Amino acid sequence: MSDLVDVTLKVNGSDVSHRVPARTTLADFLRQTLELTGTHTGCEMGVCGACLVLLDGTVVHSCLTFAVQASGSAVETVEGLTERAVIADLQDAFHQRNSLQCGFCTPGMLMTAYSLLSQPGIPSRDEIRDALSGNYCRCTGYEAIVDAIETTARKRAEEVDA
Amino acid sequence: MSAITSLDRPNSYIGHSVPRPNAKRLLAGRGRYVTDITLPRMLHVAYVRSPYAHARIVAINADDARAAPGVRLVATGADLAKLCTPWVGTMDHFKGMKSPPQWPLPIDKVVWAGQAVVAVVADTRALAEDAAELVAIEFDELPAVVDIDAARDPDAPMISPELGSNLCFQGKIDTGGVEDVFAGAAHVVEEEFLFGRHTAVTMEPRAIIADYDASEPKLTVHHATQTPYQFQDIYARHYGIPEACVRVIAPDIGGSFGMKLHMYHEDMAVVGLSIMLGRPVKYVADRMESFVSDIHARDHRVRARMAADADGNILAMDVEDVTGIGAFSAYPRTSVVEGNQVYRLMGAPYTFRNYRADLQVVFQNKVQMSQYRAVGHPVACTVTERLVDMIAAKTSRDVFDIRSGNLIPDDAYPCTSPTGYKFESLSHHACLAKIREMMDYDGLRAEQAELRKQGIHRGIGIATFVEITNPSPAFYGVGGVRISSQDGAILKITPSGDVRCLISITELGQGTETIVGQIVAEHLGVDRDRIKVITGDTETTPHGGATYACRGAGIGGETALQAAQKLKGNVLSVAAAILQEEADKLDMQAGWIVDKATSQQRIELAEIARIAYFRSDTLPPGTQAQLSVAHHYAPEGYPFAFTNGVQACHLELDVETGFVKILKMWVVEDCGRVINPLLVDEQIRGGVVQGLGAAFFEECIYGESGQLTNGSLADYLVPMAVEMPDIVVAHVETPTLDTQLGAKGVGEAGTAAASAAAMNAINDAMSPFGGTIAQVPMTPARILKALGHI
Repeated sequence: MSDLVDVTLKVNGSDVSHRVPARTTLADFLRQTLELTGTHTGCEMGVCGACLVLLDGTVVHSCLTFAVQASGSAVETVEGLTERAVIADLQDAFHQRNSLQCGFCTPGMLMTAYSLLSQPGIPSRDEIRDALSGNYCRCTGYEAIVDAIETTARKRAEEVDA
Repeated sequence: MSAITSLDRPNSYIGHSVPRPNAKRLLAGRGRYVTDITLPRMLHVAYVRSPYAHARIVAINADDARAAPGVRLVATGADLAKLCTPWVGTMDHFKGMKSPPQWPLPIDKVVWAGQAVVAVVADTRALAEDAAELVAIEFDELPAVVDIDAARDPDAPMISPELGSNLCFQGKIDTGGVEDVFAGAAHVVEEEFLFGRHTAVTMEPRAIIADYDASEPKLTVHHATQTPYQFQDIYARHYGIPEACVRVIAPDIGGSFGMKLHMYHEDMAVVGLSIMLGRPVKYVADRMESFVSDIHARDHRVRARMAADADGNILAMDVEDVTGIGAFSAYPRTSVVEGNQVYRLMGAPYTFRNYRADLQVVFQNKVQMSQYRAVGHPVACTVTERLVDMIAAKTSRDVFDIRSGNLIPDDAYPCTSPTGYKFESLSHHACLAKIREMMDYDGLRAEQAELRKQGIHRGIGIATFVEITNPSPAFYGVGGVRISSQDGAILKITPSGDVRCLISITELGQGTETIVGQIVAEHLGVDRDRIKVITGDTETTPHGGATYACRGAGIGGETALQAAQKLKGNVLSVAAAILQEEADKLDMQAGWIVDKATSQQRIELAEIARIAYFRSDTLPPGTQAQLSVAHHYAPEGYPFAFTNGVQACHLELDVETGFVKILKMWVVEDCGRVINPLLVDEQIRGGVVQGLGAAFFEECIYGESGQLTNGSLADYLVPMAVEMPDIVVAHVETPTLDTQLGAKGVGEAGTAAASAAAMNAINDAMSPFGGTIAQVPMTPARILKALGHI
C-alpha cells in the first residue's frame, strides 16, 4: 500500500516533482503535499464538486484522480486561476452578489463557472443551473451563484461587443 | 434600503446591502478551515466503528494494529474513561427526562451502527485507516430497537436498562376544554404526519485538532464549531483542565447549521488522545462517517386534529408527537428541544385558545438526533398549515381567506400563545397581504385552472410561520446547562485610529463579521473599512453564546451597538479634554470628532489615539483615556424574540411519474430591523433550499436491523442547482423594542416553512385526483402512492 511513485507535473504554471505513496489522490497531493488548500474534499467520491480542478484544461474531480495519473500533465487550482487573474471578474461578481457563505464549495463552483464561461455565448439560467448540478452548495440555495455567473457572462459579452 | 449612495448620511451602514469583506479570501482559495490546518508533529486518528446497531463488546484485540507501520497509539473506551468524566444530556426544566451517561468511546456495548469503538492514531490518516482494519472486535449482537412504537412496547429490549424504559421524556400541554370543543365542532380534520430523519450535510465535514501541552498545562483545540465557548467549558470540566488553560479556536467553518454545536464522541476522544500522546491529534470525519455520526434531525410521527366552526374559524388543536432520538439524549443541548418546540409551536400564528398535546421522546438504536436548523419549526408548521388547508377545503374557503380569518390580528399584540409563548409584535396579516400581491395569487389560480384543462397539474401552497429567535436564559440556562445567552465584545482603538472588535458571536459565512462591522461603524462614527472584526477564539474574544438559535444579529449585534456607544463616550471625553469643549457638544463622523450641531470637523480620531497612546503627558491631568472597552449584553424583556412570515410554493406535478418541478418560491419575512438586506435574503434563500431538501429529497433510511442504508452522498439526495427554483424574498420590518438595534434572527425562517408550503402545494396539485400526502420527503414513489397509481 505504501509503494512510492514519482509524480512530476506542472501545477499552476510551476514544475513540481515529488515522491508519494501510489495511492495518493490528486486532491490529497494538492492539499497535503503542495499545501494548496483552496481545493477541498467534501465527499471523496466524485459527487459534491468541492475538489474540482483543471487537468490539462479539463475540469476533473481531484478526489477521483490519483496524483500519479496527473504526472506529465498541467494542473490548475483556484489559487492558480486567482494568480492569473482570469476569474477576477467572476470572483468580484460572487463577492458583490454574496454568492458564497461558508465558502467551502466555492473553489469548485468557480472551476465549473470558469469552464462554462469558456464556452461561446451567454448561458441561460437553466443552462447555468444544469452546469452547476455537479456542485453541491448547502448555504446559498444556488440562486446567488447563478446570478453571479449570469452577470459575468453578460459583462464579458458586452466587453467583446464593445 | 440597498446599496449605499452619496445621499446617505456619514457612516450609515445599518439597513444597507454591503458585501462581506471576508468573502474575498474564501473566493481566492485562501480560506483556513480546520481541515486545512497542519500543526508540527501532528498525528491523525481513524476510528473502528460498530457494524451492529446494538451489541455487547466482548473482546478487543488490537495487537496487529499496534504493530502496524506508523501507528503511535491504539485506545479503547476503557483507556479514555480514565481521563474523561462521563456526560449526561439532560436539562432540569424538562421534568423527568432521562438519558444514560456517555463516554468518548463505549466501554461495554455499542448502541448504534457506526458508533466509534476503537481509536487508532498514526502518522497519516491513511496509515491509521490501514491499522484500523487490523483491529478485531468481538461483538455479541443484541436485538436492535429501531421503530418508535416497538421501542415503547413494555416488552421491548431496553437500550439502557438502568433507565427502566426506552422513554427519554414525556410532556403534556393541556389548556383544558379540548374534548368539548371537538365534540361540538362543525368540522374536524385529522391526519397522521411522518417526518423523515435527515441530516445537515455541511460541505466541510466535522473536523478537530486537539493539542495538549502538559508543561503549562495548555489544551488548544482547533474545532470546526459554531460554539467555541461551550466546548471550552466541556473540555475543561470533563478532562479536569483549568478553563483558562483551554483554548478553542473556530477558524473558517465549512457550514454548520446547528450540527456542529453538539458534543461528538470522536471529538471528545481526540482531546484524550492528545493528552495521552502529548502531540496534536487531528480528526476529520469522512463523508461516510458523517452520515453515521453527525446528528440527525426530525424523525417525528405526529397525529393531529383541528376543530373549526361552520365558517372555518379554527377552535382547537389536539396533537400527539412521537420522536425517535437515538440511544441517548445529545449533550449538552439535549434531544428534547426539538420535540419541545414542535408541540409548543403548533398553531402559533392563530387565534384559537384550546390546545392539547402529548410529546413522547423515544430512545432507539440509531444515530443521535438533536438540533439542526429550524429545530422543530418545520414539523409544527407543516402539521398546522396542512390542517388549516384541510379546514379550508371542508369549508370551501380559499387558503388565503381561511388564514386571514384566523391569524392573530396585527394590532392584537402583545399576546400569548395557548402553549405559553409570549409574542411582542408580529405581522402575519401584513406579510400575507404582501405575498399575495408579490406572487400574483389570483393570476396563478387562473393559470392553474386553465392548465388543468390541458392536463398540466400545478400546485400552489402557502404556509405562515413564527420563528423562535434571540433566546434568553429560559432556553438553556434555566435547565442548568452552561450555555450562555449573553454576548460580549471588546472594542479597541489602535494607535492609528483603526478599530478592532473582538466579539463572541461566530462567523459561519452568514455574515457575522460584516454586520458587526456595520453596527460598530455606524454607532461609533467611523468608516467601515477601518474596523476589523475578530471572532472564534476563546483566548481573545469574550465569553458568549456564539451562534445558535438565530441569536447572532439580535443579541450579538446589540452587544456591538452598546459597546460602540460606550467607546464613543470614552473617545468624546478625551476629545473634550483636548479641545476644551463639552463632550455632549461633540460627535463622531467618518473617523473625525465633529461639532455635533454643525458636523464641522474638529480633530481626527487618529490624532486622539496618537496623543492618548504616545503623548499622554500632554493631556490634562487625570484624563481617563480609555480607548478600549469590554461590554456584555444579555437579553432582557421577552424570553424570545419571535419573528414571523409566510412562504408560498408554486410547482408542477407530473401525475404519471410523480416527479415535481418546483417553479418558484416566495417568502415574506419579518425579522425586525434588517441590518444587511443582501445577507438576510441569502439566509432565507439558503434556508428555503434546506427546507425543500427535507420536503422532496433528504432522508436517512434505516433497515429493520438499524443499519443506515443510504449513508453516502451518492445515495442521500441533497438539492442541486437544477432542481431548485428562484426564490423571491421581501420583508415587513417590526423591530423588537427590547433592544436599540431592533433586530431579530433570520437564519432559520427559510427552513421553517418551506416544506409546509411545498406539502400544501403538492396536495393542491393532487386535489383533482382525490389523493393526499402527509409524509416528507415527498418522493415520486410516495406521490404516486398517494395518487393511487402504485
